[in-house]
Amino acid sequence: MTETPTTPMTETPPADPLLALDRVEIGLAADPQVRAVDGLDLRVAPGEAVALVGESGSGKSVTAYAALGLLAPALRASGTLRLGASSYDLGDPGALRPLRGGEISMIFQDPGTSLNPVMTVGRQLEDVLRRHGGPPRRERWRRVVDLLAEVGVAAPDRVARAYPFELSGGMRQRVLIAMALSCEPRLLIADEPTTALDTTVQAQIMDLLMTLVRDRGMAMLFISHDLGLVAGSCRRMYVMYAGRVVESGPVADVLRRPRHPYTKALVGCRPTADRRLARLPSIPGTVPPIGSMPSGCRFAPRCPIAVEQCRTADPELRAVGGNVSVACLRASEEES
Amino acid sequence: MTATSPVLRAANLSRSFRVRGTGQEVRALRGVDLTVPAGSAVGLVGESGSGKSTFARIVAGLLQPSSGELELMGTGVAGLPERRRRRLAAPIQMIFQNPRASLNPRLPVHRCVAEPLLAQGVRPARQEVLGLLDRVGLPARVADLHAHELSGGQCQRVAIARAVAGRPALIVADEPVSALDVSVQALVLNLLKDIQEESGTSFLFISHDLGVVRFFCDEVNVLYLGQIVERGDAESVFADPRHPYTEALASAVPDVSDVPDGSGADRSRRIVLNGEPPRPEQPPPGCAFHTRCHRRIGPICDETAPELLPTATGLTRCHLRA
Ligand SMILES: Nc1ncnc2c1ncn2[C@@H]1O[C@H](COP(=O)(O)OP(=O)(O)OP(=O)(O)O)[C@@H](O)[C@H]1O
Ligand SMILES: Nc1ncnc2c1ncn2[C@@H]1O[C@H](COP(=O)(O)OP(=O)(O)OP(=O)(O)O)[C@@H](O)[C@H]1O
Ligand code: SF4
Ligand SMILES: [Mg+2]
Ligand SMILES: [Mg+2]
Repeated sequence: MTETPTTPMTETPPADPLLALDRVEIGLAADPQVRAVDGLDLRVAPGEAVALVGESGSGKSVTAYAALGLLAPALRASGTLRLGASSYDLGDPGALRPLRGGEISMIFQDPGTSLNPVMTVGRQLEDVLRRHGGPPRRERWRRVVDLLAEVGVAAPDRVARAYPFELSGGMRQRVLIAMALSCEPRLLIADEPTTALDTTVQAQIMDLLMTLVRDRGMAMLFISHDLGLVAGSCRRMYVMYAGRVVESGPVADVLRRPRHPYTKALVGCRPTADRRLARLPSIPGTVPPIGSMPSGCRFAPRCPIAVEQCRTADPELRAVGGNVSVACLRASEEES
Repeated sequence: MTATSPVLRAANLSRSFRVRGTGQEVRALRGVDLTVPAGSAVGLVGESGSGKSTFARIVAGLLQPSSGELELMGTGVAGLPERRRRRLAAPIQMIFQNPRASLNPRLPVHRCVAEPLLAQGVRPARQEVLGLLDRVGLPARVADLHAHELSGGQCQRVAIARAVAGRPALIVADEPVSALDVSVQALVLNLLKDIQEESGTSFLFISHDLGVVRFFCDEVNVLYLGQIVERGDAESVFADPRHPYTEALASAVPDVSDVPDGSGADRSRRIVLNGEPPRPEQPPPGCAFHTRCHRRIGPICDETAPELLPTATGLTRCHLRA
């Protein structure tokens, strides 16, 4: 695909991003050579929704935690985070703290473990509003109930007075979404934000998020394993495998014509079949554990087209045209 | 238990929760009839908050029903002393909706996985545990980690390895694959199918992913506001939904072909549910779905509660039933 004037601006990596993560490495504090993320670069512009997808355990959530300065003590990050004109060192979580909940907010992957179990969810929402200069005290409760109504919970007044254990999984997830949106962040990191929701509520939440992206210029990093959801919402995507980005580019190109063998295999695994299959297709083999990465391409042990060279040379992410970048030695050969 | 008795049978099962500080009650389940025949996989789908996990927790013995009957392995549980109830539920394993919280944070993964076997007085060899981890796509290294050192999907797979370890008669799986990428999801679903074939394990399978339910389940039940509104074989329920709520659910499944083609045209087939979601403290009179139904026929829907009645392919609770 060549660049044409009709190609939306947002499909090219933004020259003027709101968020830029550069050379992110995340390793064990005790043994920094053991890395969960190894040299990741990522950009999100204002008013842009960007997807981060990839194999379970590939490093999506720890990348998000690192950006918020919230990594577990056992992990250590390096690299830089730029937010607008300011730069921060990812190795200094304290410096990132002031951004949290104001400039950047996050919807965490585990709704069950991210809420305080002994405080009503309404009180927790009020706290967030108070800390970030929300409405005056008298109006705060009203705002809490409105926020819960916005994320589509039935009986928002009851839910506000409930403790987390009194709510269903999807209700807790929506409380977290309301919390993340309450301070009107410039950047939202949404880590699997709709996994506990039925399809109709999910669609409603995606509408809400996309409205904020479109109308308020919110930047969104959308972590998801649901390629259908990514297709319907994001313009660009990054695909991770074993701590690295292996492919990035416009969603339409990556999903319609995946070039990295991992992306290809992933797209091929979707249970799209209308008839009932005896077995679902999956990628043979397992992802290498952190700490014992193969030399050469990390996907080589599972790759159907690997050649000898793949086991020795570590492929760099390189542009292959149409704003797509691929980390595969054979990517362009496969094309022709 | 006889060869033909279902592993699970619920009749007219209800459960309410008192809302603190008010005289009201959340009616989480309202008269649910559901049977899981031996060796089959029965799906439970429905709106967030419709009572799916409440049903699962009653089956697991973590909650008592407010009324109605529950039989496990052909034996009614009402009035059973706690010890007998627990013995009856021994061949049942749960996969909880929140996998991280369901794993003991102080135990290494291999101990978590071995738990159900240890409970049966069997100490599995390490090799056996590693074999189970391998079947859910986890490397041996994971065996010595703790839950907080795992990704969301890794926790979920540990919970699955634990659930299948003891070859239970029934697995109650609450969103078992929601945190997994499609490839790992396929691996795990194939494993569960194998376990079903090898050991005759039955499943009560709760999921928001209709594609997964369609692949895995023989029968599917659709829950709305604590009631079953549609039941049928998984294939026909999603291919040809009879209840308007099921129709809306099926219409909102995201698809890779949703990627915008640049024309700006909205090609979605999605049915948008308008109106406030009803409160489970005060289910609407008449049809519980009438406040949001895109096919509402008229006053009959607002006034008369439809019953769950047979259609050509299953059961549906809608006056439109034809
Ligand atoms: N506290 C920790 N100590 C050691 N290793 C960790 C820790 N937290 C995460 N890891 C490891 O880092 C890797 C990446 O984890 P991460 O949670 O980022 O995966 P993910 O891409 O979000 O996966 P999923 O899709 O399953 O949520 C995993 O292999 C995990 O085991
Ligand atoms: N312990 C409790 N105390 C009070 N109310 C409760 C309790 N447990 C559940 N509820 C209420 O019962 C209703 C049904 O909850 P349940 O967890 O069964 O829903 P669900 O169908 O599993 O939803 P989801 O798909 O979001 O997980 C909800 O309105 C919830 O708030
Ligand atoms: S009974 Fe009426 S309101 Fe209820 S689902 Fe059928 S058509 Fe809709
Ligand atoms: Mg994660
Ligand atoms: Mg639930």
